[in-house]
Amino acid sequence: MSRISDCFESLKERNRVALIPFVTAGDPDPDQTVPLMHAMVAAGADMIELGIPFSDPMADGPVIQRASERALEHGVTLRDVLAMVRRFRAENAGTPVILMGYLNPVEALGYERFAREAAECGVDGLLTVDIPPEEAEELITALRPQGIAPIFLISPTSTRERVKRICDAAEGYVYYVSVKGITGSADLSTEEVERRLKVIREITSLPVGVGFGIKDPETARAVAQVGDAVIVGSALIKRIEEHADQPGAMVSAVTELLAGMRSAMDSGC
Amino acid sequence: MTYQQPDSKGFYGRFGGQFVPETLMTAVLELDQAYRQAKEDPAFQAELAALLKHYVGRETPLYFAKRLTDHIGGAKIYLKREDLNHTGAHKINNALGQVLLAKRMGKKKIIAETGAGQHGVATATAAALFDMDCTIYMGEEDVARQSLNVFRMELLGAKVQPVTDGSRVLKDAVNAALRSWVANIEDTHYIMGSALGPAPFPEIVRDFQSVIGQEAKEQYAELTGGQLPDAVLACVGGGSNAIGLFYPFVNDQTVAMYGAEAAGLGLETDQHAATFAKGRPGILHGALMDVLQDEHGQIMEAFSISAGLDYPGIGPEHSYFREIGRASYHAITDEEALEAFRLLSRLEGIIPALESSHAIALTQKVAKDLGPDKSIIVCLSGRGDKDVNQVKERFEREGK
Repeated sequence: MSRISDCFESLKERNRVALIPFVTAGDPDPDQTVPLMHAMVAAGADMIELGIPFSDPMADGPVIQRASERALEHGVTLRDVLAMVRRFRAENAGTPVILMGYLNPVEALGYERFAREAAECGVDGLLTVDIPPEEAEELITALRPQGIAPIFLISPTSTRERVKRICDAAEGYVYYVSVKGITGSADLSTEEVERRLKVIREITSLPVGVGFGIKDPETARAVAQVGDAVIVGSALIKRIEEHADQPGAMVSAVTELLAGMRSAMDSGC
Repeated sequence: MTYQQPDSKGFYGRFGGQFVPETLMTAVLELDQAYRQAKEDPAFQAELAALLKHYVGRETPLYFAKRLTDHIGGAKIYLKREDLNHTGAHKINNALGQVLLAKRMGKKKIIAETGAGQHGVATATAAALFDMDCTIYMGEEDVARQSLNVFRMELLGAKVQPVTDGSRVLKDAVNAALRSWVANIEDTHYIMGSALGPAPFPEIVRDFQSVIGQEAKEQYAELTGGQLPDAVLACVGGGSNAIGLFYPFVNDQTVAMYGAEAAGLGLETDQHAATFAKGRPGILHGALMDVLQDEHGQIMEAFSISAGLDYPGIGPEHSYFREIGRASYHAITDEEALEAFRLLSRLEGIIPALESSHAIALTQKVAKDLGPDKSIIVCLSGRGDKDVNQVKERFEREGK
């Protein structure tokens, strides 16, 4: 069993939905990432999506773009990101860590080398947003033997046929993008998400995470009614940005929002 | 063997493909389907051909540049005069084709990226003609440098959206346009300006630009009693005018192909746009192609005196041509391009765009190497009016 499926199993037994924060590795500076990861787990995060900074993040809104820029100003590379996961793993053996980013840095390192080193560092999954399953065969072939789950996006415009293709290629969970747009954009419609998730669940038994547009405890609670995981990124990164110069206040601001989401999700309706 | 690229998945050998977020897949698949139908539809092709003739002013001349030929003392040089198109460059061939395609798909809005503004002006022109809502994404740096083209686009009814992300130049404008497309795919078509991006864009742009090579081939045959030229040559940024000239000759193995990429301040500096000389294959803006990148896979900024060549990637079909040895690519510095800019103005009374000046500079080398018995067709992709201010300032600064 993998850490990701263990995690979903254990949450299911407790009748809980996963809370997955997304932060960009190295934002606002590389020393703060690992302590922030631990603090997020303490505040109720079940898994962590860690962003690999990239110069041209074409699926991201301005908030996550700026996070990438801040990390790149510190020269954070993919191997630095792996080292951060290794340091996190030294003190946390159980919380799954999923890397999320764009294909080129992974391609530059080499798929097999990436998979090997990522597994050694304790990475559990990889979501490269600019690789649809059609192009992913070679990457998946490198990830599978190392036990790293290939994770893919499903969008509101994905046809039924595409959803099937995506779910056939995916492991761990699938990531449903709840708005037509980029990260951090418009408010999501819970009814629409519910309707789409019904279709996805007819096709796959994989857990379905929902992200893009989850801003506050209220939306987290609503999405937790229908999804298996609530993924929150831009709303956290906004807080990181606001407190970039004060590490203590930054961690408190992030954990406060996460804890609020956690308790709203767990209290149900 | 007949050349047949891309394959059914949009690859040219190992280059190309559709490396886009799932949020864009539906849009590119829809575009692909619509394009296949349009390509086979004689009514669509006839409408485009009529526009190219009556609105753009095609066909453009194939002009024997005798004084340039004599000056260099090598192969006979023929200029394919894309500078004589409406709006002053080859960009209009693609912009009109794609606006027609967008109309056919029932889209109401057009978005595009632009660097120097040539593709933006061409797109705004085509959108005005077809009464479509048009937004052009342009890096803030470029907006400041190309204020006249910004005014042109606005005059044509387009909205110019300055892009303040990243390095605020062309590649960031592409990112911004892609983000806008993701959010508005139902009613919006994105007109990629060069032979770049996810499939089917490189193929669509190639096909719409192939009118350059088709005409040149026929015109040359007419002039010579059915002969083929020995070489064709064009500048490459993203590579749209080059692929438009090259593609109709791809099966004519005796015709050599040369591309001129921008070496900026020199290959020994980091201020260049020499993707082939200094880059390596990577994934950017939806395709696997040669890209300027650091060892960690971060995309680098490109630099060239010519804004139209100032892009850190090159269309996937060029990457393929280079890999199979069908075409060769050579880097031309800003200095060499400026010399060629002046040379063509003096010798032929034609002020070339700075982009096309790179092609003229490479022609000086290639024509000499080929020798006087041979002949070469060079794509003069655009006119230089847009560049005269910039060149004037530079010459004044240097006391030339």
